[in-house]
Amino acid sequence: MSAARQRFASLSDFLLRPLDPTLALILCCLLAYTFVVMASASVGRLESLLLHIMLAMVLIWIVASIPPQRLLSFAPALYILGVVLLVGVDLFGETSKGAKRWLNLGFGRFQPSELMKIAMPMTLAWFFQKREGSTGWQDFLIAIIVLALPVFLIVKQPDLGTAVLVSAAGVFVLFFAGLPWKVIGAVLVTGLLAIFIFVQNSADWCKPEVQWPGMKQYQKERVCTMHSPKKDLRGKGFHINQSTIAIGSGGFSGKGWREGTQTHLSFLPERHTDFIFAVIAEEFGFMGALVLLGLYLALLIRGFIIAATAPSLGTKLLAGAVTMIFFTYVFVNIGMVSGLLPVVGVPLPFVSYGGTALVTLCLGIGILMSIRHSWQDH
Amino acid sequence: MISFREPDDNSGLFIPRLLIAVIAVLVGGIALVAKLYALQIRDYDKYHTAAEDNRIKLVPVVPRRGEIRDRNGVVLATNSYDYTLEITTTIPGGVRPKARPRTELDNTIYELAKFIAIDKKDRERFHKFRAENARLTSAPIRGALTDEEIARFVGQRYRFSDVDVKMRMTRSYPFGQLASHLVGYINRINKDDAESLELRGDADNYLGTEHIGKEGVEAQYETALHGVTGEDRVEITAGGNPVRLLGHSPATPGQDIVLSIDIELQKVAEAAFGERRGAMVAVDPRNGEVLALVSVPTFDPNLFVDGITSENWARLRETGVPRAEQNKPLLNRALFSAYPPGSTFKPFMALAGLTHEKRKWTQKISDPGFFWFGGHQFMDDKKGGHGGVDMYKSLVVSCNTYYYMLAADLQIDRISSFMPQFGFGERSNIDLPGEATGVLPSQAWKRKRFAKAGREHQKWYPGETISIGIGQGYNAYTPIQMAQAMATLANNGRRMQLHVGQKAVDSDDNVTEFPPELVKEIDVKPEYIDLVRQALGDVTRFGTGTRAFAGATYHAAGKTGTAQVYSLKGGKYDKSNERMRDHSWFIAYAPTELPNVLSDQPGIALAVLVENGGFGAASAAPIARQVIDYWLLHKRANEPALEDADASDVDNGDAAHNHAAPLPQAQDGTPGNPAPTPRGAAE
Repeated sequence: MSAARQRFASLSDFLLRPLDPTLALILCCLLAYTFVVMASASVGRLESLLLHIMLAMVLIWIVASIPPQRLLSFAPALYILGVVLLVGVDLFGETSKGAKRWLNLGFGRFQPSELMKIAMPMTLAWFFQKREGSTGWQDFLIAIIVLALPVFLIVKQPDLGTAVLVSAAGVFVLFFAGLPWKVIGAVLVTGLLAIFIFVQNSADWCKPEVQWPGMKQYQKERVCTMHSPKKDLRGKGFHINQSTIAIGSGGFSGKGWREGTQTHLSFLPERHTDFIFAVIAEEFGFMGALVLLGLYLALLIRGFIIAATAPSLGTKLLAGAVTMIFFTYVFVNIGMVSGLLPVVGVPLPFVSYGGTALVTLCLGIGILMSIRHSWQDH
Repeated sequence: MISFREPDDNSGLFIPRLLIAVIAVLVGGIALVAKLYALQIRDYDKYHTAAEDNRIKLVPVVPRRGEIRDRNGVVLATNSYDYTLEITTTIPGGVRPKARPRTELDNTIYELAKFIAIDKKDRERFHKFRAENARLTSAPIRGALTDEEIARFVGQRYRFSDVDVKMRMTRSYPFGQLASHLVGYINRINKDDAESLELRGDADNYLGTEHIGKEGVEAQYETALHGVTGEDRVEITAGGNPVRLLGHSPATPGQDIVLSIDIELQKVAEAAFGERRGAMVAVDPRNGEVLALVSVPTFDPNLFVDGITSENWARLRETGVPRAEQNKPLLNRALFSAYPPGSTFKPFMALAGLTHEKRKWTQKISDPGFFWFGGHQFMDDKKGGHGGVDMYKSLVVSCNTYYYMLAADLQIDRISSFMPQFGFGERSNIDLPGEATGVLPSQAWKRKRFAKAGREHQKWYPGETISIGIGQGYNAYTPIQMAQAMATLANNGRRMQLHVGQKAVDSDDNVTEFPPELVKEIDVKPEYIDLVRQALGDVTRFGTGTRAFAGATYHAAGKTGTAQVYSLKGGKYDKSNERMRDHSWFIAYAPTELPNVLSDQPGIALAVLVENGGFGAASAAPIARQVIDYWLLHKRANEPALEDADASDVDNGDAAHNHAAPLPQAQDGTPGNPAPTPRGAAE
C-alpha cells in the first residue's frame, strides 16, 4: 500500500467514521428526491438548495463527531440561553407578518424558538438521566414546568407550529421517561373532550365577531377553517382547498414532473416550503407520495433502532424523542396539506425549502449518529 | 466506559414505551396513507375536474354583428372599430380580484391627461362604467382615439403598466336620423336584457357580447344579426393571466339583413314631411314588401350605441316639455300610434255595404246635408248636401251623409265582423317590434273596454254606429294598418303579409329569402273591389285628390281623410291652437292597375298621416304624391322626372286597356259610368 493510498484511506476513515451509513443513505435518498421536486417547484432555488445541503452535511458531521454525553452536558446551558433569547424576542424582537419571532443579531436574523426544538428534548433527557433510578412524581412536575416555560413564550409570539413541535419534543421525553399512564390518560381524555366540545360549538365560536382569549384572529381562523374548509373557498379555506385539489388531481401516478397544473399555474400556495408535499402528490401521484412516506418510515425505524440500542438512559430518551420529532414534522405537515389537520407552519423535513428548519433537522440527525457512533465504538 | 449490558430497570420501562411509539407512528402513517388514498384514488375524478376547472377558462369569441342594408345594398347599420384607452380597475394576481382604490385610478388618469385629452365627462363615464361593471377588470377612459393619440400613448406606455389600448366593436348608422325608427339601434346589455337572455336560454351565446338590439330591425332580427359566439379554451394562472391556447372554436358571424326598404324613397318621404309630425308606410301591394316606413320627428340612433348621455336622453324624452306640446321623437307613429281613419274608412264601408247587399252601386240616396238619427243631427261635410248621391259619387266627393245612412243600415255587428279581414284592429304582424292593435269597435270591444264602468257604459248604442261610418267615433288604426288595407284593395283583395326583411345573407354569401306570404283572400266579390277601385282612381282626377295629383304622368288611386281631434278629447275647438287641428290622412296606390309582380314595373300602396295637418287633401296627399312620383318615375321634388318611359302608359285613365302585363280580375263592361264631378269636393 502506497503512502498516498494509506493517507487517503485514513482520511476517508476520518470523514466517514462518525456517520451512520444507513441513516446517511436514507438521508441522501431524501435529499435527491428533494432536488428533483425542487427542480420542478422552484428552479431558481436549486443553487442555494445545494449550498444548504452541503452546509447540512458539515453540520451533521460535526454533531455526529461529538460524543452524546458531551452533547447532553451542553443541554442546560443551551436551554437557559434559549429561554433568555425568547424573553429577548418578547422584549426586542422584530415583527413580521403579525408575529414577533425574530431576533436581529446584527449579522442576520435568528429564530430562538427553533433552537428550543432541540434544546428541549436534550435538557429533559439530561434531567432524567441525572435522576435515573430515583425518578418520582416531583421530577415529572419539574420537567413539565421546564417544558411549559418556553412553550408559553413561543405561543405568545405567536407561533403555533413551533409551539406544537417544542411541546411535542418535551412530551415525548416525558413519555419515554415513564410518565404514569394515569397522567397520560387524563391528558388524552381532556384533549379529546376539548375537541369534542369545540366541534359541537364551532358554529358559534367561529363567528367572526367572537374573540378567542390569548389567540390571534388568524389562528382562530385556521382552526375554524380546518373544521369546515369548504365554507370559504376563496378566502381562508383557499390554501387547504387548492392543496387538496393538487393532491387529489395527482391520482395514482401523477401528472408528471413539471406537469402539475396546480403547482405551475400558481394555484398552490407556498409550493416550495410548507406545501411542497402537494407538489409531490400532484406530479408523482399516490405512488410518489408512498415512496416519500417509505423513506420517512425507514428513517424513523432507523431512529427507533438507535434509541432501542442506545447506551444510556439519556441517549435513549434523546434518540427516541428526536425520532418522534421527525415523525411529528412529517405527520403534521402532510396532515395539514391534505386537510387532515389545521394549517400550522410546520415544514416537511428535508424537503421543504428553508435554512433554519434544515439546521434543526440536521442537528437531530447528527445527534442520532452521535448516539449510534458512541456505542459502536466500544 | 460504557459496556454492553442488560438494560437496567429504567430501560425496562423504555422498550415497551418505544413499542407504543412505533405503534403510534404506524397508526399515524396509516391515517396519512388512508387520507391520500381517499384524495388520490377514491375521489380522483372530483379533484381532477376541480383542477381542470381551475386552469381552463373558456373565453368567448364574440361574433361580428351582421349589417343592415336596404334593397339596393346601401348600408344602413354597420360595425366600426373604436380604439379606446382602458385602465385596469382591479388588482392583478390573487384569486378574487380586488378593486383598485379610486385615488390610485385618479392618479393614473391625471398622468394620462397630461398628453391625451380627457375631460370631466370622460372621468364621470369611467367611474360610472367601473361601478356598473364590477365583474370586468378594466374600464374605458377615452374612446375614439386618433392615430396621433395612440402614437403618443405608445411612446409613454412604459410608464403605464395599468393602461392599455383596446379595440372595441361599435355600431354606426351612416344615415343618422333617417329611418331610425325602422332600423332601430343597439345599446349596452342591461339587467333586464340579461334576465330575458337567461330566460330564453341564450345567455351563453352572449357571454362576451356587450350590446343588444333594442328597437326596430336591430331588435327584431337580433338572433340572426348577432351570430353564434365561439370559444377559446385558454389555460390561465391563478391570477387569471392567460398562459396558452388549448383549443379554439370560431364564432359564426351574424347574418346581414337586407331590407325591402329603399333608403332613397325613405329620404324623399321624410323630406316631404318637412317639420311636420306624422307617419307614412309605403308597401308593394303585390308581395307585402315595405318600401319606406316613416315616423317623424326622428332621432339619431348613434347616440344610443355606447349608452346615451343624460342630456341627450332628457332632450329625446322632452323632459320638462308640457305633454300637449311634446313631439315624441322616440315614438314610432307608423306602428304604435292609432288615429281615427276619417274618410279613408269609406272605401271599406262601401265594400261592406255591397257585400251585405245594403247598397247597390247605382242606388242613389238623397243628401239634404244632414242625417237624423236617435234625435241627434249628424252634419254632412257640405252645407245643403250633395243632392242625389250614389256609391261612386259618395267616394269621389267623400259624402258623409251617404255613410251615416249606410252605417245605420249595416249596424255595428256587420261592420265589426267585415273589417278584420283587411287587418283593421289587428296587429299586422310586421317584422318590427312594438306594434299597437288599434281599435275596431264592436259590442264585445265596448264591453271589455268599459268593464270597470257601469253597465250603461258597456252597452252599444246604435247612435255610436253612425260616426263609425265616416271613420270617426271609437275606431282608431295605425298608419301601417291603413297601408295594409289599401294594399289589399290594390292587390285585388289578396292581402299579403307586410314585412321589411327581404333576405338574410351569411358570411359565406348564402342567401335566405323571406318569401312573400299570402295572409288571406278577402271575402268580397271581385267586381265590388273593382268598382270601388275605379271610384278611388277618379278621386285623384275629379275628386278630393285632384289638386295633389294635378299633372301626374301616371294614374293613382287614393282617398283623403280627416280625423277630428277635438271631438274625441271633448275639449273646446280652438282654431289658433295647432295641436287642436284635425289629423290629415291620405291613402293611395299607383298605378291603378298593378303590373304583374314578376315584371320590373313598380307598384306602390301607401298611407300618409300628418298629425294636426288639417284637411287630408291639403296636407297628406301632396306627401303621397312626392313619394309615388319618386317610386314610379324616380322623380324628386323640384326635379324633372328621370324615367318617363312608363309615364305614357299610365297617363291614360283607363290604364287597364293599355297595359301590356296580364291583369288579374281584369273586367270589361265598366259599370254605370257616372258623370264626373269636376269641382274639388270637400270632405
